[in-house]
Amino acid sequence: MAERTLRVWRGDAQGGAFQEYKTEVSPGMVVLDLVHKVASEAAPDLACRWNCKAGKCGSCSMEINGKPKLGCMTRLGDYPEGQTITVQPLKAFPVIKDLVTNVKWNYEQNQRITPFTPPARPADGRGLRMKQVDVDRIQEFRKCIECFLCQDTCHVLRDHDKKDKFVGPRFMIRLAQLEMHPLDTVDRIARIRNEYGSGYCNITKCCSEVCPEHIGITDNGIIPLKERVVSRYYDPVAIVWRSIFGGDKRRTEDPPAAK
Amino acid sequence: MALDVSELQTFTHDVVVVGAGGAGLRAAIECRLQGLNTGVVCKSLLGKAHTVMAEGGAAAALGNVDPRDNWKIHFRDTMRGGKFLNVWRMAQLHAQQAPDRIRELEEWGAVFDRTKDGLINQRNFGGHRYPRLAHVGDRTGLELIRTLQDKAIHTGMYVHMECTAVRLLKDGDRISGLLAYWRDTGRFVVFKCKAVIFATGGAGKAWSVTSNSWEYTGDGQRMAYEAGAELMDMEFTQFHPTGMVWPPSVKGILVTEGVRGEGGILLNSKGERFMFNYIPEKFAAETADTVEEGERWLAGDKNARRPPELLTRDVVARAINAEVNAGRGSKHGGAYLDIASRRSADDIKKKLPSMYHQFKELAEVDITKEPMEVGPTLHYMMGGIRVDAETQMTRVPGLFAAGECGAGMHGANRLGGNSLSDLIVFGRLAGVGAAAYIQGLPSEPVIRDDEVKAAVRWARAPLDREAGENPFVLHDEMRTLMGRYVGIWRDKTGLQEGVAELERLEARIANAKATGTSQFNPSWSESIDLHGLVLSAKAVALGALMREESRGGHSREDFLDESKEWVKYNIVIRKGADGSMEVEKVLRSDGPAELVSIANASLEELEGGNG
Repeated sequence: MAERTLRVWRGDAQGGAFQEYKTEVSPGMVVLDLVHKVASEAAPDLACRWNCKAGKCGSCSMEINGKPKLGCMTRLGDYPEGQTITVQPLKAFPVIKDLVTNVKWNYEQNQRITPFTPPARPADGRGLRMKQVDVDRIQEFRKCIECFLCQDTCHVLRDHDKKDKFVGPRFMIRLAQLEMHPLDTVDRIARIRNEYGSGYCNITKCCSEVCPEHIGITDNGIIPLKERVVSRYYDPVAIVWRSIFGGDKRRTEDPPAAK
Repeated sequence: MALDVSELQTFTHDVVVVGAGGAGLRAAIECRLQGLNTGVVCKSLLGKAHTVMAEGGAAAALGNVDPRDNWKIHFRDTMRGGKFLNVWRMAQLHAQQAPDRIRELEEWGAVFDRTKDGLINQRNFGGHRYPRLAHVGDRTGLELIRTLQDKAIHTGMYVHMECTAVRLLKDGDRISGLLAYWRDTGRFVVFKCKAVIFATGGAGKAWSVTSNSWEYTGDGQRMAYEAGAELMDMEFTQFHPTGMVWPPSVKGILVTEGVRGEGGILLNSKGERFMFNYIPEKFAAETADTVEEGERWLAGDKNARRPPELLTRDVVARAINAEVNAGRGSKHGGAYLDIASRRSADDIKKKLPSMYHQFKELAEVDITKEPMEVGPTLHYMMGGIRVDAETQMTRVPGLFAAGECGAGMHGANRLGGNSLSDLIVFGRLAGVGAAAYIQGLPSEPVIRDDEVKAAVRWARAPLDREAGENPFVLHDEMRTLMGRYVGIWRDKTGLQEGVAELERLEARIANAKATGTSQFNPSWSESIDLHGLVLSAKAVALGALMREESRGGHSREDFLDESKEWVKYNIVIRKGADGSMEVEKVLRSDGPAELVSIANASLEELEGGNG
């Protein structure tokens, strides 16, 4: 048995400070185990979200030694023996208590996005038809567990607090998934540019780096969306082409949100 | 403390759904489609419920991969897997309606893996005769919950996140609302409504080795029981055969049955494929008895029988347990599950990405190169709140239950893949049932102030009392004693001792002390949740003590065989007039002749008969 020091931010919306706790740790433990052990021994009211403890639900997001991570997937063994583990709440969202932040804003963004809108149901009664090769790329985006680590690390949200301008990486890939769905009938490009703020992302790829599901958020999701916006609004050849031959006839434009 | 009920925050809905996993969200969507003002109350953030842990898939006889499949064969498999204790009508409704529910998910945005024809792909799973599980790699639960979540928020319902239900409120016999508290502030909130649908899951957190998260504390079972509903089949607890066993901090985390569905095999420390030694007589005709035949099946030979690794979960869990007890266990006391020598590394990463990821990051094991170590983990409760098969209503007017917290659908043992389909079939039916009930209500139910006050006092007690025991310590004691007395194998003496210990623990839980304020305080929520855990644990132990046979998820060392007598009974548990727990052996009604003949028919008679 070795000993570890957990340095954890304790406090609420009014303020707080780091507190240190020492405890015995065993092999294979993750940071979430350490938080729970300290809670059961010395800090029963230490607030921390968690659920599956297997990297599948995205609840235990926190900043561990300065990096946004899932507590349940971060092994103590990844840090040198004896090194203090410092944990604090996500910086991009208002603190409720200790490690718990108010992430409701994220849920409000999803509410603004028009969901999947299928074509007419095929008459054979056997469901929609799509090739695997056509859904591979959107299945990557659907791996998202909504841990919001990407939102936390995005400078637009974290440092500039432009939550009124940009929906953030999580919802850019939600949009990418809908736009790239082979059977979806809605065209969201105008809203992606005008309302969801695709132009605010300056492709530093920090979001992709922290994604615990290793989704290529920037390369596979955001950049292709930016390209679609460019083709729609700034590419003269594409604009002329569409004026002669028309656009994608399967899709109808998503009307802007009512003010 | 004087409490003015009129000053408590109050929401008014037609129906309140408690729980936002697959069953809760599907129920809530149905309530909205039926035109009801709908509130959802859930303990966690939306989309975090335990449904995300379901990996393998959702069972539905779509017949996309093997056209011989149809609802009758799915029904037959379900009854046989449930050891014929399932409520016949529920197993029938489930098998008949699952395909429509799955195709509907696709129209709501789910993106399942595809067949060559572009239809929903289906995979093999334990106890299912044909490839039947609609899936997305090994993260089907996430796909299901995200799809329902996206659908739900766009239907105009009210979602009350991180809000914990504490007690049901009644007007006479019928439901009038419920009391809950906000986790972030600790403030109480009253929901005034005409019907409540519970979709609160199981109580797996009573055991030490479990795949369940902190939320699985039997809240629904407790509140329903207190309000006068009955619990049924509580003795049937599913130990999933393959949980992680090493390192200690991840012990119990699920390893999907999909590993075996994709060809994975179980080995003991001597390298023997031991499942061939554990084939029950009832399944012998449909199970490969040589390695060679198992290999032909895997290669797609439709005349070969399935390998024994894909027997039902109860059988596989007991087999692993027996190998370990015989001294042939793996290094850390489990069995080896090998996919590395069976499939290419690329295939494994494509078909089982989250297993690859989970073992790599949590156990430093590369499953494309070495075998996993696995052992049984408490995974699911077949028993729960007793409901009417058609409407999902309990015997309390206005109280409904669906999903894991309900009873009847799975009998004595649940087949893998039948849970996700259970959630969407019975979640929907509970919504339909609640709408019909509300339509027929003669008058608006009224909330009584004294009931609210009593519930608030009860819930606040752990914070208000001067001193008491640490709730986390009490919880640990419960988990240890459930593992010891109410585990995979049970016997009379152990169960009696277990019940006695649980009763002593119950008294101590009633005096647990929460430290700190009511704001987002785990020690307070734990103090409240312990009541649901101990109640459910006691119901399991008492049911297990009464049922003197071994069947599915209930194995008695002193009664090793299935009994022809006991299949005629369910064990029903309710709160007696004197407040004590009443346990009754209740005669089951016979299955309708048509269903009995389907369940006993040969496969040849049923193939191609989707009528």
